[in-house]
Amino acid sequence: MSDLLLLLVTGLGLGALYFLAASGLSLIYGLMGVLNFAHGVFMTAGAYAGWLTMGDLPQSLPVGARLAVGVVVAIAVGAVIGLVVEVVLIRPLYRHHIQQVLVTVGLSLAGVAAAQGIWGADPRPVETPTWMSGTTVVLGARLPNDRFVYIAVALLLLAGLLALLRYTRLGLVIRAGVENRTMVEALGIDVQRTFTIVFAIGGAAAGLAGVLYSQYAGAVSPGQGGSLLIYAFIVVVIGGMGSLTGTAVAAVVVGLVQQLANYYAASGVGDLSVVLLLALVLLLRPSSLKGATA
Amino acid sequence: MNDNRPAPAVLSVTDLHVHYGGSHILQGVTFDVPATGVTALLGRNGVGKTTTLKAIIGLAPRSGRITLRGNEIQTQRTSRIVREGIGYVPEDREVFGGLTVDENLRLVDPDRGVEAPVVAELFPDLVGRRDQLAGTLSGGQQQMVSLARVLLRRNDLLLIDEPTKGLAPKLVTEVADVLAEVARTTPILLVEQNLPLVRRIADQVVVIDAGRVVHRGDAAELVADPALTRELLGVAMRREGAA
Ligand SMILES: Nc1ncnc2c1ncn2[C@@H]1O[C@H](COP(=O)(O)OP(=O)(O)OP(=O)(O)O)[C@@H](O)[C@H]1O
Ligand SMILES: [Mg+2]
Repeated sequence: MSDLLLLLVTGLGLGALYFLAASGLSLIYGLMGVLNFAHGVFMTAGAYAGWLTMGDLPQSLPVGARLAVGVVVAIAVGAVIGLVVEVVLIRPLYRHHIQQVLVTVGLSLAGVAAAQGIWGADPRPVETPTWMSGTTVVLGARLPNDRFVYIAVALLLLAGLLALLRYTRLGLVIRAGVENRTMVEALGIDVQRTFTIVFAIGGAAAGLAGVLYSQYAGAVSPGQGGSLLIYAFIVVVIGGMGSLTGTAVAAVVVGLVQQLANYYAASGVGDLSVVLLLALVLLLRPSSLKGATA
Repeated sequence: MNDNRPAPAVLSVTDLHVHYGGSHILQGVTFDVPATGVTALLGRNGVGKTTTLKAIIGLAPRSGRITLRGNEIQTQRTSRIVREGIGYVPEDREVFGGLTVDENLRLVDPDRGVEAPVVAELFPDLVGRRDQLAGTLSGGQQQMVSLARVLLRRNDLLLIDEPTKGLAPKLVTEVADVLAEVARTTPILLVEQNLPLVRRIADQVVVIDAGRVVHRGDAAELVADPALTRELLGVAMRREGAA
C-alpha cells in the first residue's frame, strides 16, 4: 500500500514535469502547426539560467529564496528566447513546415553545443532547498517533497493557461486560430502577433520546466532539455496535438505508466512501456494527430 | 437604382492574375465595384469567382493592382486589408464551430459581441442562441453568424461569396432580405448562383470566363436575356427558386 502510494506520487510528480515540458509545445503546435524541436533548448536555457542565477545571488540568502529568483529568471529567459526565435527564425518560414523543423532542429543542436562549449559537457550540480530534498511520511510512505512542488506548479500552470484560453481576448483568438487561422486573419485580426505571444508563453513554460527538471535531476547538463523533450513530444501526441487538457491527462498517464512499469517490471521497462503506449494510441486513435485547444 | 451609370468606384481591380501551381486561374481580371449597391460577380463553376474575392483580400497569391478608395492594397496583409474596410464572408461560412455564437462575434467586436445593436436588428434569432456552439447551428444560422460577424465592423465594401448556397428557399429569402438591407448603406461585391436573387438585389454584374472579365453591365438586363445568360453562365445558374 505504501509502495503504491509512493509510486503514485512519484509518477504524478514525473507527469507534472512532463506537463510543464509539453504545455508550451502543445500550445505552439495547436495554433501554429509548428513542431518546435528547439523547445528542448528553451528548457536547457531555463535550467542554466536558474543555476547561474542561484550561483550569482549572495550565498547568504536561503537556497529556497535563490531558487525562487532563479525560477523567475528562467521563465523570463525562456519567454525572451521564444519571442526572438519566433520573430527571427519561425516567422520567415511561416507555412514552410519542413524548413521550420530543420531550423528548430539546427537550433537545438547549436544550443547544446554552445552550452557544452561554455559550461562543459559534464552535469553541474544544482543546490536544492533542504525541504525539497526531504520527505514527508504519509500512511507509512516516505514521499519526496519535491514531487509536491512539481505537481502544484503544474496544476497552477494548467489552471492559468486554461483561464487564459477561456477568459481572455488572447485566449479567444488562440482558440479561434487553432480551428481556422486563415479566417481569424480574414476577420482583421493580426494572427502573426498572436503567434509571437504564444511562442513567448511557450518559451516561458519551457524555462519553468527546465529549471524544475534540473531540481529533479539534481544537476544541469547540456542534453537535459533534449531528453525531456522526447517525453514531451510523446505526451503531446498522445494528448491530441494541441489540446491542453489532453496534454495534461497524457502527461499524468505517461508519468504513472513509466513509474509503475519501472517498479513492477524492471528498471528501464518504463521507457519501453511509454513507447508502447504511444504506439497503441497512434494505432487506436489516428485522429490524435489533429489539433484542438482546451 | 438600375441606372446604367454606376457611382464612382470604391474598389478597382486592374490586371489581376492568380496562379495556383501550374494553372493560371485569373489572367488579367479588370473591373470596378461602384460605391453603392450590389455588384454581382458571376461565372460558371470553377471559373475563379472565389479566387477573385480571395485575391482581393490577400488570401490567394496575386499580382496586379487593387485599390480601395484609391489606396493600393495589393501588397498588404489580409488582416490589414480587412481593417482598411473590406469585410469578407467566405463561401462555406467558416464560422468557428468550437466557439459560441457570442464568441464568434466577439472576435470582431470584443466589447459587445451579440449585444451589438445590428445583431438584434438583422439577426434576432442569434440573440437567443448566444451561448450555443456555432458548430451546432443549422446552415442558415451559421450563415447569419458569418454575416453578422463582418457587420460588427464598419466596412467600405463587403465581399460575400455564395451566401445562399445549400439553403432552403425560405432561408434564401431571409438572407436576401438581410443583403438588401445591408446594401442600403454598404456596397457589396456578391458571388451568387441564384439568378432571381441577383435580379432582386444586384445593380451591376461582372461576368468572368476563362480567366477574364467577359461582360459588365446592368444586372436586370443580363438576367432578362436568357440567350445571354446561357452563353455567359452556361447551365450552372439556378433560374428558379426563392429570392
Ligand atoms: N488552393 C488552390 N489550389 C489549387 N487550385 C485551386 C485552389 N483554389 C482554387 N483552385 C482552382 O482554381 C479554379 C477556380 O476556383 P474557384 O473556387 O475560384 O472557382 P469558383 O468560380 O468560385 O467556383 P464555384 O462556382 O464552384 O464556387 C478551380 O479550377 C479550382 O480548382
Ligand atoms: Mg466559389
